Amino acid sequence: MSDIATYNFAYLDEQTKRMIRRAILKGIAIPGYQVPFASREMPMPYGWGTGGVQVTASIIGPDDVLKVIDQGADDTTNAVSIRAFFRKVADVETTTDTARATIIQTRHRIPEHPLSEGQTLVYQVPIPEPLRFLEPRETETRKMHALEEYGLMHVKLYEDIARNGHIATTYAYPVKVEGRYVMDPSPTPKFDNPKMHMSAALQLFGAGREQRIYAIPPHTSVVSLDFEDHPFEVQRFEKPCALCGAEQVYLDEVILDDRGGRMFVCSDTDFCEKRREAGHVGELGMAVDGLEAVR
Amino acid sequence: MSVTVSSPADDTPLLRVSSVSKSYGARTGCEDVSFELWPGEVLAVVGESGSGKTTLLNCISSRLMPTSGTVSYRMRDHTWRELYRMSEAERRFLMRTDWGFVHQNPADGLRMTVSAGANVGERLMAVGDRHYGNIRSTAIDWLGRVEIGADRIDDEPRAFSGGMRQRLQIARNLVTSPRLVFMDEPTGGLDVSVQARLLDLLRGLVADLGLAAIVVTHDLAVARLLSHRMMVMKDGRVIETGLTDRVLDDPREAYTQLLVSSILQV
Repeated sequence: MSDIATYNFAYLDEQTKRMIRRAILKGIAIPGYQVPFASREMPMPYGWGTGGVQVTASIIGPDDVLKVIDQGADDTTNAVSIRAFFRKVADVETTTDTARATIIQTRHRIPEHPLSEGQTLVYQVPIPEPLRFLEPRETETRKMHALEEYGLMHVKLYEDIARNGHIATTYAYPVKVEGRYVMDPSPTPKFDNPKMHMSAALQLFGAGREQRIYAIPPHTSVVSLDFEDHPFEVQRFEKPCALCGAEQVYLDEVILDDRGGRMFVCSDTDFCEKRREAGHVGELGMAVDGLEAVR
Repeated sequence: MSVTVSSPADDTPLLRVSSVSKSYGARTGCEDVSFELWPGEVLAVVGESGSGKTTLLNCISSRLMPTSGTVSYRMRDHTWRELYRMSEAERRFLMRTDWGFVHQNPADGLRMTVSAGANVGERLMAVGDRHYGNIRSTAIDWLGRVEIGADRIDDEPRAFSGGMRQRLQIARNLVTSPRLVFMDEPTGGLDVSVQARLLDLLRGLVADLGLAAIVVTHDLAVARLLSHRMMVMKDGRVIETGLTDRVLDDPREAYTQLLVSSILQV
């Protein structure tokens, strides 16, 4: 170490990390329970993942390999700058390869490539309270969690069906964790909800502005709420990915021109690139060698 | 005389209130109130503003812990439970299954941002009903019973008139077939013709379902139409109790005489 003042490893001071780790451990011990923690100011605005960054900073070690995704993409502003942040303050290796990463910080998506034991998925959560827009009083929602009074959550789903004929909630779809706590899985598309169930990876959720941390330990049951006559369903897509031809993956809509042209491509950029490298081509895609020219 | 014999087998009370007092510091909310309520019986609590009616109602409906005294309730399995010795979870469960609470202002008792159907269905979902079709048909049935058209089921209560909101609130409370309903000025703030219809509806529902009810009101006409028995309160104390017709036609206490004589005759 030089004598010049510098950042502590991973930006946060050791006492703060200790406090956050305690919250994380409590969260793991009580799956789905929102643990309050003393969220710190981070060098980024609220809403950009201050909760996720604090969780990542508290668990990251020098040997970790970090991947950051934003809406499934590795190359968007948020993902690029958070990767750069940790390269700078923790000097860790970063990657876009899902399988190689030990910590994956995410906003909105769970990677298509199945996660394995030893990996940790860190979610950036804007609103941790699933009952927020149904019951405005936080004192009351806490009581409802404590007493397991979750009838209100179904009122929301009822409203969906009454208005739209089906459960129209497509993201932040409420889940019940290990048969006890109802949890907001952050604004991930409900397409990803089944991946949370019995996942081999540890899933941590950090909400910076709301000062809450919660967790799903590996191999924990995560059930999406539904009605007997309106069971939970994930989104379906009419066509496979236009670039790599992948099916049963989550697709983003990309507008191509001002005449109604559009295509649907994998939201998980790493997954899409890997498939194209392996020679898969969708209807609008081209072989990998031509790819650079398009970019 | 309106003497009620609801069901001869039920000669044990449903609710037993003994020496309930509530003080707010040096001020008295209500003092040393005792009474019993039988199944199917409607009890009116009357008195002027500030006489402790609402404090009493809150004390016996688990919304406000009394300073002293006990409130016991006979559960469906006929065991007596003391209200404030139950766990909060049990109390809240009782409150949303076996009990109902009709607020004066319907916005306090309704969820204004969800549809009428969901308002009625909430209690069903709270006790574990997970079948959308069943919840909806029960909601339609109950809206019909409180004279709200089935075509309004997906409207928010915000789009309803005051009288409709109050009827919706009643449906929402009665959907789990409670045995005891608390009402705090159920007709307050409604115009007289709407009041008359609501009272008529309430009277029918209470009789059909064999509900026991405690109705707090300052309107003696409400007490006359709905209740079998009444209690007159003044300065936190019960000064007179008796069958409604007896109290209204032959008031004993000077204050009750004043109250009865101050009804406007049109």
